Amino acid sequence: MTLSTEQVKKIAYLARLGIDEKDVDTYARDLSNILDLMTQMSETNTDEVQPMAHPMDKKQRLRADAVLEISQRESFQSIAPQVDSGLYLVPKVLD
Amino acid sequence: MEWETVIGLEIHAQLATKSKIFSSASTAYGAEPNTQACAVDLGLPGVLPVLNQEVVRMAVKFGMAIDAEIAPYSVFARKNYFYPDLPKGYQISQMDHPIVGTGHLDIEVDGSNKRIGITRAHLEEDAGKSLHENFHGSTGIDLNRAGTPLLEIVSEPDMRSAQEAVAYMRKIHELVQYLEICDGNMQEGSFRCDANVSIRPKGQEALGTRAELKNINSFKFVEKAINIEVERQIDVLEGGGTVIQETRLYDADKNETRSMRSKEEANDYRYFPDPDLLPVEITNALCEQVRTELPELPSAKKLRFQDQYQQDEEISTTLTSSRQLADYYEAVVKTSECDAKLCSNWVSGTFLGALNKAGLEINESPVNYEHLAGLIKRIADQTISGKIAKQVFEELWNNDATADEIIEKQGLKQITDSKEIETLIDKIIADNPKQVEQYLSGKDKVFGFFVGQTMKASQGKASPKEVNKILENKLK
Amino acid sequence: MHNKTITELSKALREREFSSVELTQSYLDRIKKHNALNSFITINEEMALEGAKVADTILANTNTNLLTGIPIAQKDIFCTQGVKTSCGSKMLDNFISPYNATVVENFNNAGAVMLGKLNMDEFAMGSSNETSFYGSVQNPWNTNCVPGGSSGGSASAVAARLTPAATGTDTGGSIRQPASFCGITGLKPTYGRVSRYGMIAFASSLDQAGPMTRSAEDAALLLQTMSGFDTKDSTSLDIPVPSYSASLNNNLEGLKIGLPKEFFSEGLNNDVAQTIESAINEYRKMGAEIKEVSLPHMKLSIPVYYIIAPAECSANLSRFDGVRFGYRCSEPKDLNDLYIRSRGEAFGDEVKRRILMGTYALSAGYYDAYYIKAQKVRRLISEDFKQAFAEVDVLMGPVSPSPTFGLGEKTADPIEMYLADIYTIAVNLAGLPAISIPAGFADEKPVGLQIISNYFTESHLLNIAHKFQQTTHWHQLSPKGFE
Repeated sequence: MTLSTEQVKKIAYLARLGIDEKDVDTYARDLSNILDLMTQMSETNTDEVQPMAHPMDKKQRLRADAVLEISQRESFQSIAPQVDSGLYLVPKVLD
Repeated sequence: MEWETVIGLEIHAQLATKSKIFSSASTAYGAEPNTQACAVDLGLPGVLPVLNQEVVRMAVKFGMAIDAEIAPYSVFARKNYFYPDLPKGYQISQMDHPIVGTGHLDIEVDGSNKRIGITRAHLEEDAGKSLHENFHGSTGIDLNRAGTPLLEIVSEPDMRSAQEAVAYMRKIHELVQYLEICDGNMQEGSFRCDANVSIRPKGQEALGTRAELKNINSFKFVEKAINIEVERQIDVLEGGGTVIQETRLYDADKNETRSMRSKEEANDYRYFPDPDLLPVEITNALCEQVRTELPELPSAKKLRFQDQYQQDEEISTTLTSSRQLADYYEAVVKTSECDAKLCSNWVSGTFLGALNKAGLEINESPVNYEHLAGLIKRIADQTISGKIAKQVFEELWNNDATADEIIEKQGLKQITDSKEIETLIDKIIADNPKQVEQYLSGKDKVFGFFVGQTMKASQGKASPKEVNKILENKLK
Repeated sequence: MHNKTITELSKALREREFSSVELTQSYLDRIKKHNALNSFITINEEMALEGAKVADTILANTNTNLLTGIPIAQKDIFCTQGVKTSCGSKMLDNFISPYNATVVENFNNAGAVMLGKLNMDEFAMGSSNETSFYGSVQNPWNTNCVPGGSSGGSASAVAARLTPAATGTDTGGSIRQPASFCGITGLKPTYGRVSRYGMIAFASSLDQAGPMTRSAEDAALLLQTMSGFDTKDSTSLDIPVPSYSASLNNNLEGLKIGLPKEFFSEGLNNDVAQTIESAINEYRKMGAEIKEVSLPHMKLSIPVYYIIAPAECSANLSRFDGVRFGYRCSEPKDLNDLYIRSRGEAFGDEVKRRILMGTYALSAGYYDAYYIKAQKVRRLISEDFKQAFAEVDVLMGPVSPSPTFGLGEKTADPIEMYLADIYTIAVNLAGLPAISIPAGFADEKPVGLQIISNYFTESHLLNIAHKFQQTTHWHQLSPKGFE
């Protein structure tokens, strides 16, 4: 399995991840090498196996519907890059 | 060529819980920006979601109301995409194991019934809001809405006209309010709709390419948006073009739909089970419990009203159009112990008219069911006339008093004593010899004049029945 | 004082041999003195001394927690209110957490004193602590060598006696491998035993916090405080926490130890193999029965892990977008530029590699072949353990195929580093508890013995580890220059 530089760029965009042009080849090589490890899995038959998402087959616990939070806006926004009038600011979003 | 329209709807109903789906922050509408966005809603590093039990109950309730299969276990998945109103960079939603499976709902269009299939309904978290104005070229993000529980109800492409789509949407709107799982407030965005619209040559089985119309938030706009989109697609196809699969936005001002290119970047949501949440088990015990809490549904209620209260279909439909109104009506009947039709005349007539005029909901009405029942009682026992009753109703609307108190205080009690009425009538006959002559010479219409004069003289309190009877005798 | 165990320190504090303030100050001094190790990202001097002062007043009462007044240090992956929580990344270099992780709250409630925040691989992704934005950490046993990772700062600091104990987290061996490399005791509990709330997520279905200490006895004390049900974590399990110290001295007569043959196959360094064998001999002397078992799917744990962990991390790290906290690039020209540059400038190479890998594995057309397949094989790996535990009580083997290596020696090829995780990651995939304890040396570098047991049998693990430490001295040795 070999990943092309084009594929790497596409994935990087999906992940909104800036990568240096000069590193694209290295990533492509590394990812291809990792994918080579994956071929080992295909040799194992798993037709009858249920996928395992969690280490323990437990069920979700449910919480009572109660409001327990008070506003901590000041504290939360004190660590924000850019806020105005209680809003988080980002570059203009166009629809 | 003759075209057939095919429509499927995706309805997002905000569930009426106190707290959010995965956090204990309030879901109340209209708070100061970001004051109801807690650490979990903001997606701070290290925080984790815990599921609200009420959300599960509400979804199960909905599933039962549309005769759907309820999944014995249900899984939450992450839907990955970047947008500033989506704090974690993924939305917790459901993909492979939605909580509500296949169901259906019957709608009525032009007097005939049609069954609309519901593919699924799944739970997810709402996103925040982007505010585009007044920030010097920036967009402001308010995350109060982030994490509000949503039930996404996905229909089959079973609708064949905008009219059917609206009927279906109204029916769901009515249903979620009946079930008390959504407040249905479309202005506040509690109930929103996307429409998938395509056309195909009549008789063809394969579906055409669809366009997704986003966020059309009124019944009127749904109808208009679909119609204009269908026209557009016909134009495209008949002009030799092809419809492309895309997201389109309805512009109500221009009455047109336009492509939202910004949403067209190759979306690859990379759904996978959320490892922070475990599968939700929906036990039979829970289902049984929810079933006992299930209210009478609109269609059943309508039939019962026709049967129990001897109402015609039209009035039954009006009275059951919302659960609150139906409950109000039944409370009035029960409390007043009066004729069900007299009650329905007042509830669907004067009362509903006043509410509409004032733009109020039932629960905001200044006249509660006890006060209205008290008024109707006095009409039924002829203490007051229907005309005086309207006057009393107005007083009820503006004051916190009972009908009896108002009647007593303002001396509105109907005069049924025939002696008293006779005295009034004798005087009127004596004062208007010309009109008496006219009547006796065959001008029947003048009778109304005498009734009017008598009522006026009694300040509206004379019993109209009694007045008629005595006048007829005197003017022979 | 820095050579005393926590039990000894606790006794000394109670008997007023010295105060918590004095104890805390002496550790702060040592941290500064051995600054070159680079094991700390943040030294919490002022708050620590304040906390120690409070602890001293509480210590006047009789019924205090054993950890009251005891200095500890937190891996910088745990959110600490009012203190920088960087997760080893430039992304969070400016992040002062507005809240405490449950683990941190638990230590605060016990009256422990936090000395500071420990260095780690960026977002816990790495096995040598060399991916940290704050630079690599030295191994006190050989300062030219890595301490292991991702909890490298924790292991280095405990081994160098810069703190009596530390916390770590283990997603694929991140507690056990650095514990092994630095000659300390490191326990990865059962998944769900310790709350993950406030622990910055790497791979949510694998991450688990645990203690890193100089002895099993101290690990028992820390685990006691760290463990427990937490309503804020849906994956936390509501199972009573036993007294971990109570069973430390239980007899091991008749203990059934399984040696998975896959742990002793090709690739295992000879010196390491010999060290492990002689450690197992100690147990034989204590009356344990030893037998060979097999975990046939274990070799697949590398591909499975390097699908599942990156997939989960690719989503977990999406929240670092420069909008609400953390790094934001300067003058973004539009929204995408904000995302792409903020993330591109603030994430390091290894983090990027894993995000790319995970994004790819989840993307359309590959999901079934990679992610679902990996989840299926994950179940097979987990079943292997179930079968093994039907035959034996515990499994033993090495933690890592070789001991610590030179700084910069393996950074060129990420795959080589991944392959060295072979003995640790299957445990995370199954969610089992496991411990690494000092078992000797290979080429003058510490070697850890790994013991794996069944779900929620941490007390048994600690008991087995403690008995070994009663008859061996490996855990008592200090690296030269840090005595």
